[in-house]
Amino acid sequence: MASVQIRDVRKSFGAVEILHGVSVPIEDGEFVVLVGPSGCGKSTLLRLLAGLENITSGTISIGGRVVNHVHPKERDIAMVFQNYALYPHMTVAKNMGFSLMLRGASKSEIQQRVQRAASILGLEKLLERYPRQLSGGQRQRVAMGRAIVREPQVFLVDEPLSNLDAKLRVAMRTEMKELHQRLKTTTVYVTHDQIEAMTMADKIVVMHDGVIEQMGAPLDLYDRPVNQFVAGFIGSPAMNFLNGKIRANGSAYVETASGDKLPLKTLPSGMEGQEIVYGIRPEHFELGEGGLSADVVVVEPTGSETQIVARIGDQEVIAIFRERQSVKPGDKISLRPRADVAHLFAKDSGKRI
Amino acid sequence: MSAVEETRRSATLAEPSLWSRLKSNRNWLAIWFMLPAALFLLLFLAWPLLLGIWLSFTDARLARPGNFIGLENYEWLWDDSIFWLSVFNTLLYTIVASIIKFAVGLYLALLLNRHMPFKAIIRSVVLIPFIVPTVLSAIAFWWIYDSQFSIISWSLRQMGLIQQNINFLGDGNWARASLIFANIWRGVPFVAITLLAGLQTVSPSLYEAATLDGATAWQRFRYVTYPLLTPIIAVVMTFSVLFTFTDFQLIWAMTRGGPVNATHLMATLSYQRGILSGRLGEGAAIATAMIPFLLAAIMISWFGLQRRKWQHGEGND
Repeated sequence: MASVQIRDVRKSFGAVEILHGVSVPIEDGEFVVLVGPSGCGKSTLLRLLAGLENITSGTISIGGRVVNHVHPKERDIAMVFQNYALYPHMTVAKNMGFSLMLRGASKSEIQQRVQRAASILGLEKLLERYPRQLSGGQRQRVAMGRAIVREPQVFLVDEPLSNLDAKLRVAMRTEMKELHQRLKTTTVYVTHDQIEAMTMADKIVVMHDGVIEQMGAPLDLYDRPVNQFVAGFIGSPAMNFLNGKIRANGSAYVETASGDKLPLKTLPSGMEGQEIVYGIRPEHFELGEGGLSADVVVVEPTGSETQIVARIGDQEVIAIFRERQSVKPGDKISLRPRADVAHLFAKDSGKRI
Repeated sequence: MSAVEETRRSATLAEPSLWSRLKSNRNWLAIWFMLPAALFLLLFLAWPLLLGIWLSFTDARLARPGNFIGLENYEWLWDDSIFWLSVFNTLLYTIVASIIKFAVGLYLALLLNRHMPFKAIIRSVVLIPFIVPTVLSAIAFWWIYDSQFSIISWSLRQMGLIQQNINFLGDGNWARASLIFANIWRGVPFVAITLLAGLQTVSPSLYEAATLDGATAWQRFRYVTYPLLTPIIAVVMTFSVLFTFTDFQLIWAMTRGGPVNATHLMATLSYQRGILSGRLGEGAAIATAMIPFLLAAIMISWFGLQRRKWQHGEGND
């Protein structure tokens, strides 16, 4: 186990710069999730950590040692690939023991360590199978097993769950988190799925267009997103954004183009009359008198909660209620945003106010 | 009551005729579709082959149908040292050329699989020896190996390495080596391009995984590339061996089996005896004698292909 320091790392492919100076401190034993839309540079960053690509500038150190020019195999890291990259011509046991075999470990040692990893992951009965004979979830576990066997300083994990069906994904999510709690190996995990990030991470790094938008504990990001991108990316369904102008007429509020009034707890100083983006999460709407009048467009009951898509003026919003609601498309309802949990973002820069 | 029901059922579900069942049955349908191709193959492949084998049991000559003479042709060949020389030549030619074609082809394929400038152009250039008609390239080689005007001899002489021209096609062993080289030159593109196609199906992430697992370049080849390539190697080498073993054009255009039969392959000897000398039966016997060797080559690759369990079976056995 080791800490990892990524300092001002840049990466260009030819003239195109993919990473524009990224710094991430990762503590020993931490589970860090790099999350962002596709093309944001998160996989590139992981490949730089693994040594599969060369850094253009900046430094990466693992366990206090700068590894910029250290060959991948000397970095003492293990990587789980998105497509698992299992060797199709080797049995599960051979796949898992391959790195030990290359290192010249004795047969008995290889067998012992493969057995131990297999028992952690419940793969004992599959050791003599070939990857083709395994289901998606089993292959995923073998890929994890191959990483565990090596007992590396750092696990690098690249979108490991994206090839699994929805139910298995949830199960493997739990399994991986449990595994991390047991092994306590520093882990860097890349995903585009913010739910995976929220549920698994000690620390989330939200990336967008080659820069880090925000870094922090999952709930901090959820409660205090630093900008409109993070606010919209973290949380599902996404936060609602309503455009309007700040007004102070007795109490502070944001007035939309259609004249609806969105309540504010306090008036941001010197902002009166300015264009602004009002952010409110779906679960922070209440139904009741004195709210915004909205037309119901779609009602989506999931059993545990009810999602309502409604139109306020010309802007669509999503609201979620824990209680069952007996509304139908076309109904008029009154939605009341909770002023204490509303977010304000600058119209031009998207920054939090 | 039940009798009435019986009759009614048989009335509504009339037994279809045999013909209509044969027309609609899926297994039979496949046979109908295969029939034209099968007839074609029987007529133009199986029948001539059988005819050739039959011919080898007769004393047929040109323009004279022969009589059945049993194994007499083969007995004759058994004591014929030229026939045995041709067997030796064919085996030498096939084994040496195939091994070198495989090695060079694999090396080229690995090279072409890398990222490099002008990759597409280089790949198509590699195919040129394969595209040129055999006789044309044979004539080109004929000039290259010419006893007076050979460019190789000339170059070596200019460099001061030899005093006299090398008699490439006039000396037995030189002629064998020269022909093997020409055959390799022609055969390498096929091996290289086919293996390249195989290499491109290997996922790059396997190499990355192996790199992270600590494999050196050689170990990546030994433990990842080579085992994944074995199925296609088996196929391409089977074809390569078959083509080399039955080679005729190159030899005939360059040496006609000479000097003193030193480069006679079974195919050229069969042509010489059967067509030029007109002893059809004997020529057919030589050609038929190639069949066991070819079958052996096919069997080896067949069993080579079968053993790879990891390719088969999506199912959980």
